[in-house]
Amino acid sequence: MKFETPRILPSDITSRDLFLDRRRVLRYAAAGAAFGALGAGVSGRALAATIAAPGAKLAYTPNAALSIKDPPNSYEDITTYNNFYEFGTDKSDPAVQARDFKPLPWKVTVDGEAEVKGSFDFEDILRPLSLEERIYRLRCVEAWSMVIPWTGFPLAELIKRFKPTSKAKYVEFTTLMSPRQMPGQRSPVLRWPYVEGLRMDEAMHPLTFIAVGVYGQMLPNQNGAPLRLVVPWKYGFKSIKSIVRIRFTELQPKNSWQVAAPSEYGFFANVNPSVDHPRWSQATERRIGGSLLAKRAATLPFNGYAEQVASLYKGMDLRRNF
Amino acid sequence: MLNVTALYRFGIKPIVFAACAAPAALMTLGILAAVGKIPSSPMDLGADPVDRLLHACGIPALNMLLITLLVTPARMLTGWSHLLRLRRMLGLFAAFYALAHFVVYAWLDQGLDLAAVGADIIKRPYITIGMLALLLLVPLAITSTNRMMRRLGRRWQKLHKLVYLVVLLGVWHYWWQVKKDIREPLLYFAIFGVLMAFRAYRAFRVKSAPATAPERT
Repeated sequence: MKFETPRILPSDITSRDLFLDRRRVLRYAAAGAAFGALGAGVSGRALAATIAAPGAKLAYTPNAALSIKDPPNSYEDITTYNNFYEFGTDKSDPAVQARDFKPLPWKVTVDGEAEVKGSFDFEDILRPLSLEERIYRLRCVEAWSMVIPWTGFPLAELIKRFKPTSKAKYVEFTTLMSPRQMPGQRSPVLRWPYVEGLRMDEAMHPLTFIAVGVYGQMLPNQNGAPLRLVVPWKYGFKSIKSIVRIRFTELQPKNSWQVAAPSEYGFFANVNPSVDHPRWSQATERRIGGSLLAKRAATLPFNGYAEQVASLYKGMDLRRNF
Repeated sequence: MLNVTALYRFGIKPIVFAACAAPAALMTLGILAAVGKIPSSPMDLGADPVDRLLHACGIPALNMLLITLLVTPARMLTGWSHLLRLRRMLGLFAAFYALAHFVVYAWLDQGLDLAAVGADIIKRPYITIGMLALLLLVPLAITSTNRMMRRLGRRWQKLHKLVYLVVLLGVWHYWWQVKKDIREPLLYFAIFGVLMAFRAYRAFRVKSAPATAPERT
């Protein structure tokens, strides 16, 4: 007869990260209370209550001044053609593979060079904010583009609540790490979890946006539910999805695509028709949703937002800082 | 008794032809649906039909090229020399899909802007080698007829060895345009490697066989 030693399964052991996370939650509890108090009593209370599931209707006001006039892509195009490698590398994968993803409840950890740190519920993040709709161009580094009506709020409004210190020169964002829910993370296509970053002035720019919805509905999972970044003048890979961590740093963060292929993808990744990707041209783009015979469109410097953002990069060599 | 020629002509060849033509048929339905001529199609070209068509032509081209390279090893391993009768059809379909891939790129993607296409071919290494593969494949397709085989005689064999280079360039072209997930191109390279290794092994054995073979008595 064989005697089996009772074994502790790897799944029974609390991971080091989770263990440390619990400590952090306790440590940040006080800060969290302060963050909640800041937002108490402002307009979005009802809104937080409506947030139930992806696709739920959101209350918002259109921001015409910061929206482009081009007709937006269809909801179907926007939600079936996605680069979200956590759910597969084919653009049709995320819509299928993200079906069972659970975006709520959701917490975002804030740490680094800021006065207000902690772990915050998605509802607490939204509560003091009023949502707006902005129709932005999205230009992928693969030379295709879309027009998307995002629902959300300026990142600056959120950042202000964390009171970054004078040492905060950059903001680093991290996507959820969950190979169980995100099958793409089971293959080492990129170094997981996905990381992105912005310089502080880029993060505080009025165009920089956190989207929680598209077409006035809660973000579908494949678009980065429950909250994602949108930086319309940069290539799409900068607009990190399903954010669980915001960290204020003194040093420039190492974003995932830069780590994966430093000669092809930089930190800034500003849309620039005159700086080609080493393997393909960035001069033109294919607008998704056009007819089969539609001509490629010329790509605009800073994706058409040069007037608003070019000054951020004055004196910088954009060929070197691609 | 079953006649092999009849079996191929009325059975196997039509079936292989249908299998090879299926991707083109599906694409045609996809295009008709995309331009609204038919309400729906088993192949949905999706949000970026041009990208889908590029892929839907390129992959069968590579697949069929690799299958043509499989014919000789399969023949050797099974002893079915009649498999050779399928190779020309497979090769011609590979050339057809490669050409269609180029047409989709030059026409639908680049809008027949020949200056842009030319610049791409010169400046983009993955397009350069893809173009080179196509240019090398075309003469093979042209010289695939019985008449050309007779006319070229022994040189025909030599000329058609170019297919090895075509497949190498084709797989390389696929590898180089992938953004990051190279698992699929790697698989193609691995299959190509195995098929070439078989040939190298056989060439080596044929060469060294007379020296090592036991003397006949």
